[in-house]
Amino acid sequence: MTSAITVTDLVKTFGGKRTLFGGTSHAVHAVKGVSFELRQNETLAIVGESGSGKSTIARMLVGLETPTSGSIAIGGQSYDQLRAEGSRKFGQMIQYVFQDPVASLNPRKTIDRILDVPLRLLRGYDAATRARRKRDLLDAVQMPKDTLERYPHEFSGGQAQRIAIARALAAEARILVLDEPVSALDVSVQAQVLLLLDDLKRQFDLSYLFISHDLAVVESVSDRVGVMYLGEMVELGRASDLFANPRHAYTRDLISSAPTLAPAHP
Amino acid sequence: MTQALATTEPQVSSARLSSWKLLFNNRLAAGGLVVLVAICLLAALAPLLPIPNPDATFPANRLQPILSEGHLLGTDHLGRDILSRLIWGTQVSIAVGLSATAIAALVGSLIGLVSGYARGVTDNVLMRGIDMLMAFPYILLALAIVAVLGPGLLNALYAIAIVNIPFFARNVRGITIGLANREFVDAARLSGKSHAAILFTEVLPNVLPVIVITMSTTVGWMILETAGLSFLGLGAQPPQSDLGSMLGEGRRLLFNAPHVSIIPGLMIFALVMSINLLGDGVRDVLDPRLRAGDLTRPLAVTRIRRKPVPAPTPAGDAAAILEVRDLETSFQRGRATVPAIRDISFSLDKGECLGLIGESGSGKSVTALSLLGLVASPPGIITGGTVKIEGEDVLALPEGRIRALRGAKVAYVFQDPLTTLHPLYRVGEQIAEAITTHQPVGKAEARRRALALMEQVGIRDAAARIDAYPHEMSGGQRQRIGIAMALANDPDIIIADEPTTALDVTVQARILDLLQDLRKERGLALLLITHDFGVVAQVCDRVAVMKDGEIVEAGATAEVLRHPRHDYTKKLIACVPELGQGAGFLDRVRPLFAGGRP
Repeated sequence: MTSAITVTDLVKTFGGKRTLFGGTSHAVHAVKGVSFELRQNETLAIVGESGSGKSTIARMLVGLETPTSGSIAIGGQSYDQLRAEGSRKFGQMIQYVFQDPVASLNPRKTIDRILDVPLRLLRGYDAATRARRKRDLLDAVQMPKDTLERYPHEFSGGQAQRIAIARALAAEARILVLDEPVSALDVSVQAQVLLLLDDLKRQFDLSYLFISHDLAVVESVSDRVGVMYLGEMVELGRASDLFANPRHAYTRDLISSAPTLAPAHP
Repeated sequence: MTQALATTEPQVSSARLSSWKLLFNNRLAAGGLVVLVAICLLAALAPLLPIPNPDATFPANRLQPILSEGHLLGTDHLGRDILSRLIWGTQVSIAVGLSATAIAALVGSLIGLVSGYARGVTDNVLMRGIDMLMAFPYILLALAIVAVLGPGLLNALYAIAIVNIPFFARNVRGITIGLANREFVDAARLSGKSHAAILFTEVLPNVLPVIVITMSTTVGWMILETAGLSFLGLGAQPPQSDLGSMLGEGRRLLFNAPHVSIIPGLMIFALVMSINLLGDGVRDVLDPRLRAGDLTRPLAVTRIRRKPVPAPTPAGDAAAILEVRDLETSFQRGRATVPAIRDISFSLDKGECLGLIGESGSGKSVTALSLLGLVASPPGIITGGTVKIEGEDVLALPEGRIRALRGAKVAYVFQDPLTTLHPLYRVGEQIAEAITTHQPVGKAEARRRALALMEQVGIRDAAARIDAYPHEMSGGQRQRIGIAMALANDPDIIIADEPTTALDVTVQARILDLLQDLRKERGLALLLITHDFGVVAQVCDRVAVMKDGEIVEAGATAEVLRHPRHDYTKKLIACVPELGQGAGFLDRVRPLFAGGRP
């Protein structure tokens, strides 16, 4: 298996810059030297608490943040090389699905116009091809055809997340970074979106970097799991091994805290 | 869900209709609109009206009074017809005011958009420039600009436009900063859009309403300022008429021919007043917060309008501390009232924990808030049922007694303590305030009790943390403070609305343990509202499942979890992934949604 993403010693520090009057602002070490690899057709999950740096990694991977140091290679090409070729090339390689689907869709644009942008700018299709692709995409995420003329607020959270996934697929990137894609959704909708992601992965030959704080969700979808704690990846291994034999104290704490359906008291 | 989609179309059109309706509901704004339209029509039709040339002088006919032959509003000191000058002058004033507004809006919004989106150095440079403009007194700056450019209507227009740029720039920048950090902007960047494209096609449409609102409220000002400059002789030059210059020329004749200055003065008043009234009306209609009624002050207690006031039922369950029967709460939508929850009945015994579970929109929070009349009103109305606390019907009590129950007998714990704690007060003070509201104790005693409560809810080093501000604490600690405040007056019932949803799992486990311990120690009854079956399984004795505003199933937690009877409950439970299932979870839920579309 070849690698989709290779990350080596990635560091991101916010602040810590010289200010106008010579002092240094307070530095936050969000990510402290993280290395991992996402293989082709694999789902790698990253779990951790809020503030553990998992979203920062995701945002660096898609180019929304610039790493302080360390290297990233996407699809065999180095990060700097991709950056030099412009944001277009980047978007064709890797796409991102946001946690809050409604916030990630512009409230004043119809779904048609939202889906049009990546097809036009990232793929360069003509109008007829774009119209056909839009129908195919909605079909893939199981949304009705009249979706295109509607505005984002007319959809529920689960439907909006399907549309957001369709937009990510429109770029025809083979790598998707999913940042808490189901955390804002109700359980029954969450299950449907997880099923959809599973189907799409097979259908389009995708690789997922799945970021979540919910261990049970992670276990159901991922091949391998990395555990983030205070900016470091404290444990990385096959999902089944990691949940059966957690080595790090924090992983054990996470697993024991996960709520279960077995009533605590009879 | 497809049904919901099918019905959205008429809603859109009715929303548009209601914008006009809302505007006309505001009598002042409607009056302003009528006056403004009349004035504008008159000014626009000036060339077609049978009125004499406004600049034709006729000294023999000077200073004719109002209603004189051939001159409806009289003549001025050169014998020019005042009505004609007024109509032509109004045209000039409106044109100048509108153009100045347009220029100020265009330049100001552009500066605001760019600096709010680019941030950093660009923002700094642009905003310091704007600050410099603002540092000069308003009218002085306009005077200085006209002094440099020379008097004349066009130069006055430029001066007024420049002076008003900061107003737009600051307003638009503020909104843009908020929008630039929104996820849809990031998403557009990942879709391959350039910065300029994002700014003008993604951000601008969302800023546009603010620009329109600002324009509608400034255009009156601009007309007034044009008139001011013309009054000083720096705007319109003779013989051109303009409301301000007419006022200025008439000033010298104020005592022997007052109508020469009073008539243009009244016109300015009518014009600016109508624009301002309309502008306020437009702002109220366009501003979504005002429109949703968020800024209208809610009543202290939800309005109660129970159709048949229920007959006093014999006390059913003697042990029940809280008994709810057939509760119905509705929301006003236009003229109709739509029930949000119906036929809600449950009871809660002393020391018991009842879980109220459901998905978003199922009405579980409305149920919790209805118990003590906390649903915002308008639009909420309690339309039926009884809520008995220790056998007494709460909804039949006077407002003062309901308020006394809140916090004393029944306390609430909310989802995100960061939004319920006051950011400017120390947490100790807030707990102490909760105590002193209901109990006659001194400051020192209240503080001592607050400290004891903080220790009780497990805040380490409470003596040091009592003077901390909410933002200095972690989410888990803040929720502990929220619980301490709920406990302040030794309540019998705690209603916890998604108390752990905003917290990490490790913290959630500890907060749930705390609630469990408190319940055992104090014999508290706990009504726990959640969407998470895992939480229910851990702490609740009984559970009620809500769907679309109704309780579809209720029973002992273990029983419901093991043998759910209602299809909805079955589906909900099946959809909860559990650790240890692995990839089997997806295979298990797949048949539940087979063939069905969302």
